[in-house]
Amino acid sequence: MSAKQTKKKSATRAVKPRTKKPAATAVKEEKKIAAKLIPIYIMGKRYEVPEGLTIMKAMEYAGYILIRGCGCRGGTCGACGTVYRKPGDYKLQVALACQKTVEPDMYIAQIPFFPANRATYEFAGLTAAPEEVFKLYPELFRCVACNSCTKACPQGIEVMDAVSALKQGNIAGAAQLSFDCIQCGLCTSRCFGELAQYHMFQLARRTYGARIVPRAEHLAEMVKAVNEGRYDRFLDELKQAKEDELKKVYQEREVEPMAAGEDWKPKDTRYL
Amino acid sequence: MSLAYYPGCTLKTKARNLEEPAVASMEALGFKLDEIPRWNCCGAVYSLADDDLIHQVAPVRNLIRVKKQGKTELVTLCAFCLNSLKRANLLMRQDVEKRNTLNDFIDEGIDYSGEVKVVHLLEVLRDEVGWEALSQKVKLPLRGLKAAPYYGCTLLRPREIAIDDVENPTILGDFLKAVGASPVDFPESTRCCGSYQVVSSPGDIAEYARPILNSALSHGAEALVLTCPLCDYNLGRGQKELAKKQGGFREMPLLYFTQLLALALGLSPRVCHFDLNHGSPESLLKERNLLPQGESVQLIGGQQ
Amino acid sequence: MTKKVPVTISSKRLRREFVKKVKELSGQNLQLCYQCGMCTGSCPATANMDISPRRIIELARLGLEEEIAGSRTVWTCASCLACTVNCPRGFDLSKVMEAIRLLTLRKNIDHVRPEDIPPQERCDLPQTAMVSGLRKFTG
Repeated sequence: MSAKQTKKKSATRAVKPRTKKPAATAVKEEKKIAAKLIPIYIMGKRYEVPEGLTIMKAMEYAGYILIRGCGCRGGTCGACGTVYRKPGDYKLQVALACQKTVEPDMYIAQIPFFPANRATYEFAGLTAAPEEVFKLYPELFRCVACNSCTKACPQGIEVMDAVSALKQGNIAGAAQLSFDCIQCGLCTSRCFGELAQYHMFQLARRTYGARIVPRAEHLAEMVKAVNEGRYDRFLDELKQAKEDELKKVYQEREVEPMAAGEDWKPKDTRYL
Repeated sequence: MSLAYYPGCTLKTKARNLEEPAVASMEALGFKLDEIPRWNCCGAVYSLADDDLIHQVAPVRNLIRVKKQGKTELVTLCAFCLNSLKRANLLMRQDVEKRNTLNDFIDEGIDYSGEVKVVHLLEVLRDEVGWEALSQKVKLPLRGLKAAPYYGCTLLRPREIAIDDVENPTILGDFLKAVGASPVDFPESTRCCGSYQVVSSPGDIAEYARPILNSALSHGAEALVLTCPLCDYNLGRGQKELAKKQGGFREMPLLYFTQLLALALGLSPRVCHFDLNHGSPESLLKERNLLPQGESVQLIGGQQ
Repeated sequence: MTKKVPVTISSKRLRREFVKKVKELSGQNLQLCYQCGMCTGSCPATANMDISPRRIIELARLGLEEEIAGSRTVWTCASCLACTVNCPRGFDLSKVMEAIRLLTLRKNIDHVRPEDIPPQERCDLPQTAMVSGLRKFTG
């Protein structure tokens, strides 16, 4: 690791200007300004990393260059599923590497990808019947309700209940329960019955959204109104307005208050 | 009166024709079948291996949910579920070591040692309603219906969980008498329909069905009364194949006991969903004047 | 229709490990069976079996693993428990059948693959069939 590599600094510390210094002094300086170092074990090897880093940053601090198992860094893409244990504790814990901060003596391993059966289908040709799921994913019936999937979910989803809903033919239930799923695949990696839960849930959510949820009527009406040109005049006005006019209109715009009731109306009702 | 109720996965989709008439009938008799919250699949079959614990987790978890509700009895309608739940329950009562291991593994917050009693709806009708009381509530006695009670295996075997005498069960026959029908006893009423063999060797199902149907027919039955959705599927499919293989084989109407219960109590046939039966009973019920005037069974194409 | 199976009994062919595992997994005392044949008589599936249930028990306690492995009997069993309930010695054959099946399944050798079940049947079969079939025939 190069001495010049910048590290994540805590917000309360003043940033010392970096100047070129001989290696020995540079290391000493780094120790003075570094955050407290804690040991973690990455794939069985011990590293000392600054407290307060996320697992992902800690791995990069330790020198790993992540080209897989790393994505949005924001907790929504599901690429960085990680399992870890603490010494003396048999319990297996799970987390997203980009969200979880390191703890002393964590033993971690990333599961950036776990092979999961994904059925091939033409979504347009599927109905809303639960039998479509039975047909595409017959291994659904291998579930033994052991709950290992729920324990492995970093999003806190009741995975077993969602699988149970699928078995009972309740597509809507499975879709609603699996709403927070980010497809990290940790459930599949722990599944006794070798199910690919997240693929099944995705099919359920697609079916639910496309075929079961009632259409928003007011949305359809609005789209119709827009296509019929109800707002063309107003848009043209804005397009032709001068810069200071636009600025004025923007600064004086009315925003619907957070606590507005159903019957709130803006003062300017031209656009309603 | 509210009864903790476990439906099982099949009753929510394929066997709505077993569940809906049951729920409606029990309501008419003053009982509410209250589904337990967050139930999961019971596993269908009880694992027969001595060292196998993982397959006990599913049924035990359901029993824990009942205990958490403060209820002491669980009513079930699906024969497979009855078997699986009741055997798992016995295990938790009798085997201390396995009970402890399972309680440790199942993190549902409380321990379970078999406090709940698992019963089948027929037992509730026999023991909590009573055949006499049931007869008095019958509005449309099913007179003239020569129905053969078919038990299958899971309600009666093994002995430890049987809901009636293993060799000579009478509970389903008594039920049929109570609703005014004429039960036709026949020797193969407890012979297995083939069960899960339909998954691996579907070609064998016809041979499972043959002795059952022949025996019922030769004893004068005109319909079979069932308790299990898999029996309905296997016998329905088996008899269609037999009819194809040998001309002249008479297919038999297949009915659930809950559908007969609903009809006898004067409920609408719509709640029975006869169109889902694998051996259509419409013409027989019409012949015996057991379908109220003007009501007819909606058939899905091909289900005749 | 079950048939007579000529069998060579010799200490060279006796698989002690197999007998031990069957006893452990089933929890049954194989010596209880006195070959009365009540099980075969009450079994609804004998039409589809090559070796009868009674003979399977005899082969099992003699440790003749190859004969049993070559037969379709344990895979034709529907676990209906007619044999168990009728056995005059209280011997649970259904558990022995399960034990023999498991000795294959636990080696990760499945008897059925879900993808081999025709798609329309996956739709039509009641869930109890799919769940129980996959439990009995896949590891």
